[in-house]
Amino acid sequence: MENPVADEEMLIQRIREGERDLFYELIQPYERRMYAAAFALLRNQADAEDVAQEAALKAFKHIGQFRAEARFSTWLIQITVNEARMWRRKGHAHMMEPIANHEDKDNEGNYTPRDFADWREIPSETLERHEVRQKLAEALGSLGQIYREVFVLRDMQQLSIEETAKALGISNASVKTRLLRARLMLRDLLAPGLGGSWSSRLSFEKGTKPW
Amino acid sequence: MVVKCEEVWREISSYLDGDVSPDMRAAIDAHVSGCKHCTAVLDGTRNVVQLYGDERMLEVPLGFSHRLHRRLEGNMPGSRRSFLGWMVAAAAGVVLVGGFEAARSSSGPRNLRSEHAQPGARVPPDMMVLVTSEGKTFHVAGCTFIHDKAHVRTMVAREAEREGYAPCVRCLKKYLS
Repeated sequence: MENPVADEEMLIQRIREGERDLFYELIQPYERRMYAAAFALLRNQADAEDVAQEAALKAFKHIGQFRAEARFSTWLIQITVNEARMWRRKGHAHMMEPIANHEDKDNEGNYTPRDFADWREIPSETLERHEVRQKLAEALGSLGQIYREVFVLRDMQQLSIEETAKALGISNASVKTRLLRARLMLRDLLAPGLGGSWSSRLSFEKGTKPW
Repeated sequence: MVVKCEEVWREISSYLDGDVSPDMRAAIDAHVSGCKHCTAVLDGTRNVVQLYGDERMLEVPLGFSHRLHRRLEGNMPGSRRSFLGWMVAAAAGVVLVGGFEAARSSSGPRNLRSEHAQPGARVPPDMMVLVTSEGKTFHVAGCTFIHDKAHVRTMVAREAEREGYAPCVRCLKKYLS
């Protein structure tokens, strides 16, 4: 517990030496993140679960190839992203891309926010409500693939710009451009007055008038 | 330096990540303080990063972990520990962490969480940072000094300092006096 990174290195060493059971312990803290990465690319629960399982198996089989200069979590996510892409190429994925008009082309032009309504702070306790998480997930799901994957790795999985770029095989500059657009598009999608009436409805339900 | 709305929007992501020059930060702050539109865009974008950065957004289907471990078990030759054994170990871990949390939450006033840590100086209060419940410092995303990555929370630096976190000596060195 005192130094989780050192603990992780030791676990990896022991697994390589044959203590296979320790692999459960090693990946357990990252299972949810592997699923989330797969879901971000595939947008289908069953596919994401299959891919997360495949990725875990692959990580186990190739644990000997893991190099300590990368973080183990980043390595796992990278494997998951590759598996998800292969899954899609094989035509397994039940996908319906693209949704709405968020084009997938990497648009280097500037993004102009569409909504300037004042958005009061939504306290994080709101996330206890399934309805809120659902709305956030829907908004994220409506982004084009290239924006969704950058946003999920960077803002939900907290990878650095460099790690995100490496996991997706794109440049740091592309990560920054796509991240900016993803964040601004999500704000537009969720801001009150533009597909975001849910947030004022929530405050109304709590007894605060939304006007 | 004077910036226009368009420049604020272009830099907003880097601004929130603490990845702009001090001059640019000052220029954006000055612009935003007098611009209602940019205030709305900045507040909303910060909200987006904060809400999605919460670990509660990483939901998995019911039984996901169970099925993953079964699948692994079925594909790992020579696996000795039974799935039940793993479940017991996992449950013990949860109890342990729970106990830790309870002890911490009753720990009284929020001074610095570590007596050895240095408080920060002039940390941009609105910069998005990451903390972990058992950690003592706050970080920018991607810092290799973040240990318990599974329990990370995103918040603004002001909030992290209020909760007793100090800047990380690695990624936020420039804010240590």
